[in-house]
Amino acid sequence: MSQLRHSLLELVRRTSTTLPDDVTRLLEAGRKQEAEGSVGAYAMNVIHENIGLAQTASQPLCQDTGAILFFVHGPVGMDQMAFRRAAEEAVVEATEKGWLRQNSVDSITGANSGTNLGPGSPTIHFEQWDRPQVDVRLMLKGGGCENVGGQYSLPDNRIGAGRDLEGVRKCVLDATLQAQGKGCGPGILGVCIGGDRGSGYAESKHQLLRKLDDTNPNPELDKLEKSLVEEANSLGIGPMGFGGRTTLLGVKLGVLNRLPASFFVSVSYMCWAYRRQGVVLDASDQSIGEWLY
Amino acid sequence: MIELSAPFTEEKIRALKVGDMVNITGRVYTGRDAVHKYLHEGGDCPVDLTDQIIYHCGPVVVKENGKWVVKAAGPTTSAREEPYQGDILRRFGVRGVIGKGGMGEKTLAALKECGAVYMHAIGGAAQVLARCVTEVKGVSMLEEFGSPEAIWEFEVVSFPVVITMDSHGGSLHKEVLAHSSEALQGIL
Ligand code: SF4
Repeated sequence: MSQLRHSLLELVRRTSTTLPDDVTRLLEAGRKQEAEGSVGAYAMNVIHENIGLAQTASQPLCQDTGAILFFVHGPVGMDQMAFRRAAEEAVVEATEKGWLRQNSVDSITGANSGTNLGPGSPTIHFEQWDRPQVDVRLMLKGGGCENVGGQYSLPDNRIGAGRDLEGVRKCVLDATLQAQGKGCGPGILGVCIGGDRGSGYAESKHQLLRKLDDTNPNPELDKLEKSLVEEANSLGIGPMGFGGRTTLLGVKLGVLNRLPASFFVSVSYMCWAYRRQGVVLDASDQSIGEWLY
Repeated sequence: MIELSAPFTEEKIRALKVGDMVNITGRVYTGRDAVHKYLHEGGDCPVDLTDQIIYHCGPVVVKENGKWVVKAAGPTTSAREEPYQGDILRRFGVRGVIGKGGMGEKTLAALKECGAVYMHAIGGAAQVLARCVTEVKGVSMLEEFGSPEAIWEFEVVSFPVVITMDSHGGSLHKEVLAHSSEALQGIL
């Protein structure tokens, strides 16, 4: 097995079985916030137990191991085709080992490829940068939470959202309300303000690569991110939509330029089983040099 | 915490209320899209569902040393069975449905009429829930529907759920939606 494939297989295994520290820390804080003996606390306790069991047994956190999304940065001259082959081999092997469920079906016939390979699976986003290392991030995004994402075109009369940050705020809170009970909360929202319909959704997923405890470089957006989490948690939706205090763990806002005629707000919902990890590969032998989350 | 053990009599089920946290011990039968459609269209049920619990779950089950072993067994979204569930509750005398995300008015009415409940499992908790399955008692319709859609008979011990729709017309989903919508109006 090539070293690259080996490293990517380990990345898939760890992503599927172990939640990153920034996520577990906030889940733990949420668990302590729920009223003792409440249904919300009960849900958070089961989630807590599940995280421990999955990690110890090296088994998937959730049986829906999701869409397989790679985000790769590499130096000029990096062989992207070789990377894709190695990633596909790692995905097939991870599926055989049970770290990924057989989760990719033909959209017309419904036939399952059995390997997780097929058009669009896995998805790999490549980007060049001026450093020698390769940085690989992986997100496994389940169907339940992907189904409750949404895209708003402002102005939106239903929710009274205009073309400004106040309108964005209304979109995010409405998306939170609509997702209740469906996306296995507490959730995390990746949001893109602007862009077109395609780039907006792509950027909303990119936002989910940020660490939960980071700071938005734009102070106004940073403030809005934090106040939105507080406002969402004041709605009383709670874990699993059972009622309670922990509705969202985070909101991440990104911005793309837009056409004067368009104003999209694209929202991607991530469930509590926030499976994303990343590695920096050693430039000499492509072994795992560093874990990123 | 309420311990609910088989047999699942109407009396025990009628005593459950929205918000109750329950550990189930006994038998549950998995059934998702294919099974619900088949039964709804008049198909014969290969198992007796009287006073039993249906679980909306497409488990990962493998054979190890000639025995079925459950690797993952979390709930799937229940809303897809809304067109069928009420009819199946009435026809087969089912006492409980386990799933996630809740169900609609038709099912709520049938729960009241038949004396049955909707129990919400914790979505995504595949490992916790798989460990509650102590034995696979049998499987039906495996050939016809394939493994995730088959009817698996699981013996479970202390399987954790929350009653979110009861046999008295109560629905936690409706309550939380009403409260949170009102709270949102208040801050918009
Ligand atoms: S929404 Fe997330 S936790 Fe829930 S079933 Fe889907 S992948 Fe699993």
